[in-house]
Amino acid sequence: MQFTLNGAAVELTVPPMKRLLDVLREECSLTGTKEGCGEGECGACTVLLDGAPVVSCLVPVAQVEGHEVTTIEGLGGDHPLQHAFLQEVGAQCGICTPGMIMAALSLGPKPSLAQMRSALAGNLCRCTGYEAIYRAIRAAGTATRAVTRPPNAGRAP
Amino acid sequence: MTVVGTNVARKEGLGKATGEARYADDLQFDGMLYGRTVRSTIARGRITAMSLPFDHAGFTVVDHRDIPGENCIALIERDQPCLAVREVRHVAEPVVLLAHENREALLAATVQIEYASEEPVYDPALSTKTFKQILLEKGDLAAGFARADLVVEGTYHTGHQEHVYIETNGVIAVPEDGGLTLYGSLQCPFYVLKALKVLLGSAVPQVRVVQTETGGGFGGKEEYPSMIAAHACLLALKAGRPVKIIYDRVEDMLATTKRHPSIVRHRTGLRRDGTIVAMEVDVLMDGGAYCTLSPVVLSRGVIHAAGPYLCGDTRIAGRVVMTNTPPNGAFRGFGAPQTQFAMEVHMERIAESLDIDPVRLRLRNALRAGDTTATGQTLGADTSAVAVLREAVRRSDFRRKRATYRGTNRGIGLSLFYHGSGFTGSGEVALASRAALETTPSGVRILVANTEIGQGTRTMLAQIVADALAVRYDSVEVAQPDTSRVPDSGPTVASRTCMVVGGLLERCAKAMRAELGDASPAEHHARHGPLRIEKEYDAPAGRHWNDDTYRGDAYATFGWGCDVVEIELDAVTHEARVHKLTAVQEFGRPIHPALARGQIEGGSAQGLGWALLERVVMHDGAMANAQLTNYIIPTTLDTPVMDVVMLENPYPGGPFGAKGLGELPIDGPAPAVVNALRHAGLDVRAIPATPEALLSCARLAAVDDHAAA
Repeated sequence: MQFTLNGAAVELTVPPMKRLLDVLREECSLTGTKEGCGEGECGACTVLLDGAPVVSCLVPVAQVEGHEVTTIEGLGGDHPLQHAFLQEVGAQCGICTPGMIMAALSLGPKPSLAQMRSALAGNLCRCTGYEAIYRAIRAAGTATRAVTRPPNAGRAP
Repeated sequence: MTVVGTNVARKEGLGKATGEARYADDLQFDGMLYGRTVRSTIARGRITAMSLPFDHAGFTVVDHRDIPGENCIALIERDQPCLAVREVRHVAEPVVLLAHENREALLAATVQIEYASEEPVYDPALSTKTFKQILLEKGDLAAGFARADLVVEGTYHTGHQEHVYIETNGVIAVPEDGGLTLYGSLQCPFYVLKALKVLLGSAVPQVRVVQTETGGGFGGKEEYPSMIAAHACLLALKAGRPVKIIYDRVEDMLATTKRHPSIVRHRTGLRRDGTIVAMEVDVLMDGGAYCTLSPVVLSRGVIHAAGPYLCGDTRIAGRVVMTNTPPNGAFRGFGAPQTQFAMEVHMERIAESLDIDPVRLRLRNALRAGDTTATGQTLGADTSAVAVLREAVRRSDFRRKRATYRGTNRGIGLSLFYHGSGFTGSGEVALASRAALETTPSGVRILVANTEIGQGTRTMLAQIVADALAVRYDSVEVAQPDTSRVPDSGPTVASRTCMVVGGLLERCAKAMRAELGDASPAEHHARHGPLRIEKEYDAPAGRHWNDDTYRGDAYATFGWGCDVVEIELDAVTHEARVHKLTAVQEFGRPIHPALARGQIEGGSAQGLGWALLERVVMHDGAMANAQLTNYIIPTTLDTPVMDVVMLENPYPGGPFGAKGLGELPIDGPAPAVVNALRHAGLDVRAIPATPEALLSCARLAAVDDHAAA
């Protein structure tokens, strides 16, 4: 099967019902996407599918055939959100951070508290109480959010 | 330029935000197998038969007969088997271990275990086995009650709490260099090393424990990693290949430790003006099936049970007992959140009984510099109960809101609390922890066993060393905790890393500076080769503690806090929603204010979850809701706006005035929530105060506060 991963075409032979999470971590060696619960509750495995956040533990890889997947590695290492999460201590233990950043990408440039709470309600963090995460998102501010494609809620699989 | 007190860049760099940080499950080794633990399905009984009806090709199978040393997880006691032999004391007790290179094959293998069941004990009040009993007495209790105008009594309950670190427990055992190396997500590498040495005995002469990047701990990776490490090591030893065990969320919640449930009974003698003259407290904790750290959890709980108050004549009796449920263990706060919950809700009820303003009641009894605690410890100038209380009341506009909300569906409540920094009593002396500094070609390296688990250990310790040694922060590096490389600076627990280990490193740095003269560490290294300075814990002069009488200086010092919580009750769903939390806390001096703020915000959120959302449902001795779908921790939508104030009152015995911080913030939210619920008219005496509990909760007559204090 074929799909686009972080902007590059990939071709893999994998069982169609294998979780996208496992395909990313084991077949593609992209371990930045984390497993926290395996049931879609914690959001640690959030990636973008055609620009929209999904929990990759609930996505069979067959569903991404012909689509675009973006993981935390796809942001490179210089995205304003990544720097802001470190600067504002939005990351403590860091295990929720890749998923949290991927979910935060869908927010507009100057999100309100209510918008941040709503967008991140599916991402659990046990360290921060979320306040530092809001500070990080605000600090990243209006800086360009370079993703492979802009968020497009209308193209969920 | 000094860096203590500034928000320098984290030592981890960008790795946690780019996905490059490597946690246990991100590591692969050649020839690695996956491990699985087969567990008991009954709460109490004996194993009568066992069969493994699957094709064993490619499998490694381990049971208790494969243990070369002692079949136990060595901690305070050696009562907990690594693998059950015949007796089973709780559901999810490990019995057999399997490993295979293919996870599907591993999970498909069936093991049949037959049992002769016995009657389990679930109610701690009915338990006949006590792990630890403590009696703390001050003065003459009967004489104290004789002076009382009024006696107020009450019983308060707290439930289990699951840690829900987002990274589950996981380790990899790797046969190498004629021994075994254990890589894992853990807080205390030397606890694991000690347990493995007892388990493996002389069969494995070389054992090494290395901490991998750790996705949260909160106490849940204090003692449990010894168990999963033991299992991985036994499989790796038998297979001769690396073995990885990563728990899924269900297994982690079902099998690993939780916060001890508690029942705390108070009987308090008071003068009409609110002065406490006698205090009798009975603390009962549910330890679960094995001892783990229960005696020390009880100890901290008992010592904190009188709250930050002058308690008059006092008798505090504590007991932690066995039940046939998975063992409970360390969880941030370590017994103190349970007993201070009871004390602070009880104080609110005392205020109601005496018709006294709750702030005035607390001001009248709060500990001040020069006062003595329940253990007879005389407090120093770094005592801030009154300061945090006054600031929290002012900052939150408590009095006005208290009046405005009365009779509405809103409520506002507060809690006053304290938390001892470092190990209890003579714990630090017995531990005799050691820390070291060594020069490198580019600066210095910190060598400690204390782990970065999100709280900022590496960064904060490097700041202390940089300033004490007068070198650039960037020239200080921190070695990964690896028991073959670092001295045993003790576990990463008990709010001790900054104050105790930071203090050791400050001494190392000053000694190193004296040796270096005007040279930089790198210059000295180039000229004279490596220089290593190691220091061992030295008890502060004049500190005394008696373990038999529970008298003396229980802690080196205390952090102080006052939380104010505002809630709104939903008349339809019976949910209590927290709108705002004001947290005023004094912990000496923050080394890194942004990291310190993160401890307060995160600990407060965890405390709010314990108060309102987090209910461990036990059915037949097993957690029935062992998944994040129905064990609910606070999300963004459940967590309120937090106003955090860090008051400074430097502790002369800590590095740059710092005390411990990690646990203090979880002591306050739960009683503040319940006191806010009381203000809104609900007589809550137990947590979690879920909507179901609030629905059936008794109503209070209108609370009529006195206007001012």
